[in-house]
Amino acid sequence: MTGDDRAQERLRWRSRRGLLEMDLILQRFMARHLAALEGDDLIVYDRLLDLPDNDFLDLAMGRSEPEDPAWRPLLQKIRES
Amino acid sequence: MALPKQTFDAVIVGGGGSGLRAALQLSEAGHHVAVFSKVFPTRSHTVAAQGGIGASLGNMQEDHWLWHMYDTIKGSDYLGDQDAIEFMCRKAAEVVYELEHFGMPFDRNADGTIYQRPFGGHSQNFGERPVQRACAAADRTGHAMLHTLYQRNVRARCQFFVEWMALDLIRDHEGAVVGLIALEMETGQVVIFQTKSVILATGGAGRIFQSSTNAFINTGDGLGIAARAGIPLEDMEFWQFHPTGVAGAGVLITEGVRGEGGILLNAQGERFMERYAPTMKDLASRDVVSRAMDQEIKEGRGVGHEKDHVLLKLDHLGAEVIQKRLPGIREIALKFANVDPIREPIPVVPTCHYQMGGIPTNYYGQVVVPRGDNPAEPVPGLYAIGECACVSVHGANRLGTNSLLDLLVFGKSAGDHLSQWLKGNPQQRDLPKDAADRTLARLDRLNQATTGENVAEVGLDMRRAVQQHAGVFRTGQLLSEGIDKIRVIAERARHTAIQDKSQVFNTARIEALELENLVIVAEATLVSAEARTESRGAQARDDFKERDDRNWLKHSLWSMEGSRLHYKPVNLQPLTVESFEPKVRVY
Ligand SMILES: Cc1cc2nc3c(=O)[nH]c(=O)nc-3n(C[C@H](O)[C@H](O)[C@H](O)COP(=O)(O)OP(=O)(O)OC[C@H]3O[C@@H](n4cnc5c(N)ncnc54)[C@H](O)[C@@H]3O)c2cc1C
Repeated sequence: MTGDDRAQERLRWRSRRGLLEMDLILQRFMARHLAALEGDDLIVYDRLLDLPDNDFLDLAMGRSEPEDPAWRPLLQKIRES
Repeated sequence: MALPKQTFDAVIVGGGGSGLRAALQLSEAGHHVAVFSKVFPTRSHTVAAQGGIGASLGNMQEDHWLWHMYDTIKGSDYLGDQDAIEFMCRKAAEVVYELEHFGMPFDRNADGTIYQRPFGGHSQNFGERPVQRACAAADRTGHAMLHTLYQRNVRARCQFFVEWMALDLIRDHEGAVVGLIALEMETGQVVIFQTKSVILATGGAGRIFQSSTNAFINTGDGLGIAARAGIPLEDMEFWQFHPTGVAGAGVLITEGVRGEGGILLNAQGERFMERYAPTMKDLASRDVVSRAMDQEIKEGRGVGHEKDHVLLKLDHLGAEVIQKRLPGIREIALKFANVDPIREPIPVVPTCHYQMGGIPTNYYGQVVVPRGDNPAEPVPGLYAIGECACVSVHGANRLGTNSLLDLLVFGKSAGDHLSQWLKGNPQQRDLPKDAADRTLARLDRLNQATTGENVAEVGLDMRRAVQQHAGVFRTGQLLSEGIDKIRVIAERARHTAIQDKSQVFNTARIEALELENLVIVAEATLVSAEARTESRGAQARDDFKERDDRNWLKHSLWSMEGSRLHYKPVNLQPLTVESFEPKVRVY
């Protein structure tokens, strides 16, 4: 197993959330995109995972926009999942 | 086998509302406390709670703890222990004001007092008229509660072990709890925590059902840990269902949708509620609607490939009404059911919401087990609180908003009791030599196995079996078939194999360990439900439609060893007031 694999596995665990809605959205997102995440995207995803569940849900449902525009591309993938 | 070892006064497994409340009480009293959590504490499932915390503050209309007590006992269908219920309802105002003092951003009235919402089942003067009793922080009550308590714990220098999974208790030859074995996810390291006491606060196990409102993390680890340590599980047949969860997802569709005119249809397009509740139809009470839906599915009139759900139709309300009055629902349907309710019906199914049973405790949070003539003897050094515990204040059916209250009252009570107990028991007890053997054997097996059952498949089979055989609509035959199925599934769960053998953040391994806990809870549920030949609260037996107080006014206790059942009496004697005698429950 490579270092990146373990970084992804760490993110996989941290995608376990307190809100079922987020579990479902992130499960779909990971199935499609996790294996291909690298570099900055890994860092952005990690930051998103640091958010409180309710704030993350608002972003994921498109009810709010991220402060940092650099988050947009990854967030878009989450929204489409 | 030399495992690393650390020492504490108290170890709390769980950083949700109940664990954090207990931790605060102990840390502020100066004890050396560790809190374990699989996820960052403020991402515990308590974050999902929106409705509020029940307390008879009387800020809106006159209210009294005795009325709250009556509502709780009636709600429990008389299976709740009246000493614990009195204790909880009397303490409610105190714990809510404490939380306010800690900085909880409650909604307010113009005069500055805490605003209280109406909620089903809350009444004035013993059922006379509704009363507003729920204290909330917008729609983020659980979130606000977790953040408030977490900050306060950090201030009190409580020590957190985040992304650790507790695996097993250590008991000595006298049965006292003397330690905990836990696994650090980041390193895969297994560590022994020698401690004078353990508080289990691991939350519910709603993930045993295929359709569940619970987040993935609610796998009943505390129940598995207790059962493996020889502690029986109480009243596991009682699970609260919500009639309309999105099929295949579990996300809740509020009752409000049917209030606005949404109707339920079966595979034949029939509005079946007209048959079950000719007057109230789709607006009948939760349990009536859930049972009707489940019966339609069981009798083959379900919708979809598996005929496993029914439809909630809204399109006749018109796009404008839906967009204006039910925007959140449309959003949920689009996201989680992939349908636009303006055009298509939403697939829905009765969905597991809350676990009434759990690890048996008294109102100090002490875990109690039968011993000789005593049905409830405390296990030295062991406590349980929150949804994983059965005090029992919820009996056969929980009153809305009483769960968050339960976390606060019994979290605090357990912290206080344990703090006193620690003063009289200052020594660490010795760890038995073989303390970690059985746990390490479980982990070794998983590490060695190269072929075996797939964790996800066994998990799916388990959830399907529980949904099908221990859902809302239950019969003896369904349940006993379910027991046979679950025993086969439990055996498969003992023979899982995972491909990833890494020590670092091995989610596959965690899920295999969680599955072992889930199947224990599933078996306890089916066996307890099959034996209880009556309908009470959340348990609806089609072959025994009535409540049977003569034979069944008692708590079930399921032991893992031999999957045996025994019973203990319900405590009908409150602390200071007169007993509420069982009556027929009508609303
Ligand atoms: C959608 C929804 C809405 C709700 N709304 C309300 C409401 O409005 N009012 C109300 O009163 N109730 C409500 N409830 C019920 C209530 O939220 C829960 O019963 C309550 O939050 C459970 O709290 P807890 O402290 O017992 O456990 P949780 O908050 O579930 O926390 C469990 C903790 O244990 C940890 N843990 C578990 N296993 C392990 C392990 N093996 N090792 C280490 N740590 C572990 C977890 O990481 C977590 O920190 C709602 C429930 C749901 C699902």
